[in-house]
Amino acid sequence: MSGIHDFTLASARDALKARKISAVELTNAHIDAIERLDGQLNSFITRTPDQAREAAKASDEALAKGEGGSLCGIPLGIKDLFCTNGVRTTAASKILGNFVPPYESTVTANLLKDGAVFLGKLNLDEFAMGSANLTSAFGPVENPWKRKDSDAKLVPGGSSGGSAAAVAAGLVLGATGTDTGGSIRQPAAFTGIAGIKPTYGRCSRFGTIAFASSLDQAGPMARNLQDCAILLESMAGFDPRDSTSVDTPVPHYEAALKRGVKGLRVGIPKEYHVEGMPAEIEALWQQGMTWLRDAGAEIVEVSLPHTKYGLPTYYIAALAEASSNLARYDGVRFGERVSAPTLDGLYEASRAAGFGDEVKRRILIGTHVLSSGYYDAYYLRAQKVRTLIQQDFLKAFESVDVLLTPTAPSGAFAQDEKPSDPVQMYLNDVFTVPASMAGVPALSVPAGLDARGVPLGLQLIGKFFDEETLIAAGHAIEQAAAFHHRPTIHAGVSA
Amino acid sequence: MSYRITGSTGEWEIVVGLEVHAQVVSEAKLFSGASAEYGGEPNTHVSLVDAGFPGMLPVLNRECVAQAVRTGLGLEAEINLFSRFDRKNYFYADLPTGYQISQFAHPIIGKGKVLVDLADGSTREIGVTRLHLEQDAGKSIHDQDPTRSFIDLNRAGVALMEIVSEPDIRSPEEAGAYLRKLRQILRYIGTCDGNMEEGSMRADVNVSVRKPGETEYRTRCEIKNVNSIRFVMMAIEVEAQRQIEVWEAGGTVDQETRLFDHVRGETRSLRSKEDAHDYRYFPDPDLLPLVIEQAWVDELKAALPELPEAKRARLEQEYGVSRYESSVLCVEQAIADFYETVARGADARLAANWMLGDFFAALNRTGRSIENSPVSAEGLRELLGLISNSTINGKIAKEVLEDMVETGDSASAIVERKGLRQVTDTGAIESAIREILTANSDKVEEYKGGKDKLFGFFVGQTMKAMKGKGNPALVNETLKKLLSE
Repeated sequence: MSGIHDFTLASARDALKARKISAVELTNAHIDAIERLDGQLNSFITRTPDQAREAAKASDEALAKGEGGSLCGIPLGIKDLFCTNGVRTTAASKILGNFVPPYESTVTANLLKDGAVFLGKLNLDEFAMGSANLTSAFGPVENPWKRKDSDAKLVPGGSSGGSAAAVAAGLVLGATGTDTGGSIRQPAAFTGIAGIKPTYGRCSRFGTIAFASSLDQAGPMARNLQDCAILLESMAGFDPRDSTSVDTPVPHYEAALKRGVKGLRVGIPKEYHVEGMPAEIEALWQQGMTWLRDAGAEIVEVSLPHTKYGLPTYYIAALAEASSNLARYDGVRFGERVSAPTLDGLYEASRAAGFGDEVKRRILIGTHVLSSGYYDAYYLRAQKVRTLIQQDFLKAFESVDVLLTPTAPSGAFAQDEKPSDPVQMYLNDVFTVPASMAGVPALSVPAGLDARGVPLGLQLIGKFFDEETLIAAGHAIEQAAAFHHRPTIHAGVSA
Repeated sequence: MSYRITGSTGEWEIVVGLEVHAQVVSEAKLFSGASAEYGGEPNTHVSLVDAGFPGMLPVLNRECVAQAVRTGLGLEAEINLFSRFDRKNYFYADLPTGYQISQFAHPIIGKGKVLVDLADGSTREIGVTRLHLEQDAGKSIHDQDPTRSFIDLNRAGVALMEIVSEPDIRSPEEAGAYLRKLRQILRYIGTCDGNMEEGSMRADVNVSVRKPGETEYRTRCEIKNVNSIRFVMMAIEVEAQRQIEVWEAGGTVDQETRLFDHVRGETRSLRSKEDAHDYRYFPDPDLLPLVIEQAWVDELKAALPELPEAKRARLEQEYGVSRYESSVLCVEQAIADFYETVARGADARLAANWMLGDFFAALNRTGRSIENSPVSAEGLRELLGLISNSTINGKIAKEVLEDMVETGDSASAIVERKGLRQVTDTGAIESAIREILTANSDKVEEYKGGKDKLFGFFVGQTMKAMKGKGNPALVNETLKKLLSE
């Protein structure tokens, strides 16, 4: 007999529509789970139970009248990078202080319009800068998964670590994430859930706190791709308030699940066989190829020759933009201010106190690569290489429909195994960054467990605005992998 | 004659280039929907985008782009169908995002030119290097509190056109003429109101000096934010003088940014080249490259109003006004329009004389501008019509105009009310003259004795007797006839 915490987003939606369960019941069960488990996980920065109950009540009223949008009564968590009207928004940084936006991001507004119930704001790496959710000013998030042989606290990945942990632990039915270089896909892989980074321009960036504007893209994180598809359909769409959002119709993504992969050409980029990749990651990748082949797809080796330049150019392009995007946090108009007798003093004191080490490091690097005398060697060259990386993908997609790769070079590591060298940490993004640089969509699905019982993910990368094919291929892996494991810390009865 | 400054070592030539910041006439700001109107209570014309709130994104205002293109067309400049917005990064309290969105590498407008008229009647062509769109910053107010500064963001994000000239200017007079002509063109096209007092036009002045005949430029200094044409001319003079003194004392001029203090009549160093900001320009990733269609440019061009040079040529041709008159009549579009409304239904020459004479005098006297002139173009045309059809003579017309300015009544109403209709009845004129001649029989004798000058006396007496209403031609004619009897 399955309990209330075994619902997926899709099955909860159906149960709500059929009035087998009320939105208030569903919401209360999740609020209870958060109260029980999140003291340990720390996936929420701000909880909004009262607002959630209100919204759930309204959902029940709508449902009783046979009304309500696609997400009516569905409890979600929102990465605390999305501005939410009247609810504190922190970007997991001290510098925003108790900033309460008087506006709603387009993505969250779309979800609210479809009836979603927000349980609160989810933890992340400060300003989405990190791959382990260790840089949050509100403390690290703990991965609900444990290694079978140890009780060490594992990282949930980052930067959308709170979103990943909350979904995996059953505290929410789905969550928003943002992905700049892998911030949805890598934590999804680390926590055994699904996550989609849509095509750049698919979801509006309006009201989402910027890290690197040319790379940032919001996307869904949920237990499976069907749930992600439902969320993405709500989140996506053209927004005249974001000049980089693209005016192309939003398809019915959920329908793509059933398409299958017969005749689909799946590319295996040979450059992703990086040196030092653990054998079990390589084996999982091979397994993924077998699954897709068995489902009727054709596996083709392809080349993305500029792959090795992905990480360095990403860290130039992204940090250059970040150094400029974060200039507005200056203590003058909102957020933390440390007073000083001069304006420069106020900037220095406010920013020194407000930003954490990783953010400071990235602002420094970004400022450096844009500086006079270094611009051509770093920023300009990185932009050129970025174009080459994009061309790699365009060329590959002339002969294949999707690309299959591992999501991350390892499973979740322990909080105290964090590499001391920041560059080592950046290597977590080696497989996810190229798709970000190209702007093409990509997703991660859970595909198995490593030898120590920690989940691993496979990544699929698709053509511009072809999230549907991605979802179809991803669903084929989901079906073959039959990943039904649950983490150690989990709200449901099976935990 | 070339402008030269004489120093202790001989003559010097000055080299000047101007960067003019012209506020774009538009309802909304360059990247936000907030009002771009001047003034208002502090921080009332501010959107969340202007204030740099987290997650806010710029959205380009199409009308501002159109205004830049129109201006480019007015400067006979290259219109770049591809341009791009860059971020210019620096920290200041009235710059909310920490960067100004500008066009650094790819401006929307390329090379153009401005023809300027000089006092000696000659004209010079001053090259325009480029025009680009950028945001204005807010305003810092430092003088209202001993320890704190205040920020007004009303101006933050308002669209500016930065119009950069070539270093073609060789005298303060040329700089003034260039600015006046540029302002005239902007006002004609309606892309900037040119109001320097409200700061909607400001100039950065680049000045260097060299010996006549030198082909290379020497180091220049930039004088920031000069806000009147007169000050620009003064600043050039004192800065050139300063640089000459430096060179002549054996020193070198350092490249630096300076301020002009018009009270003390000097420029002062603001920051040296070493202290110059590293603006870390890079393409703004929140905005797509700006790509416009030639067809749209053509559309804007077709809808462009007639520009000053073309208008002058046409007025000279169509109405026979002189080169000087056309320059005065075309200073502002509204004046030219006013003139044409008058001239179309009246004697065009007479209209030009009256506009440049009594009409402008009346405007000056009342402190009005052409837009709120106390006499409408139609009203003036009616007045001139009354002269042309001999209802009144020119002298009476001056009196009527004054009455029109005062009462707002129409010319014909005033003529009727005051009974100023010119007397053309030869009988009446003849009897008036006979009375004068009888009363001044001694003068008649003198006249007949050869004192021709007395003719004017008889005309004056007759007009006086007729209260100025006598038709001058008929009075003359009748007088001659009667005096020769």
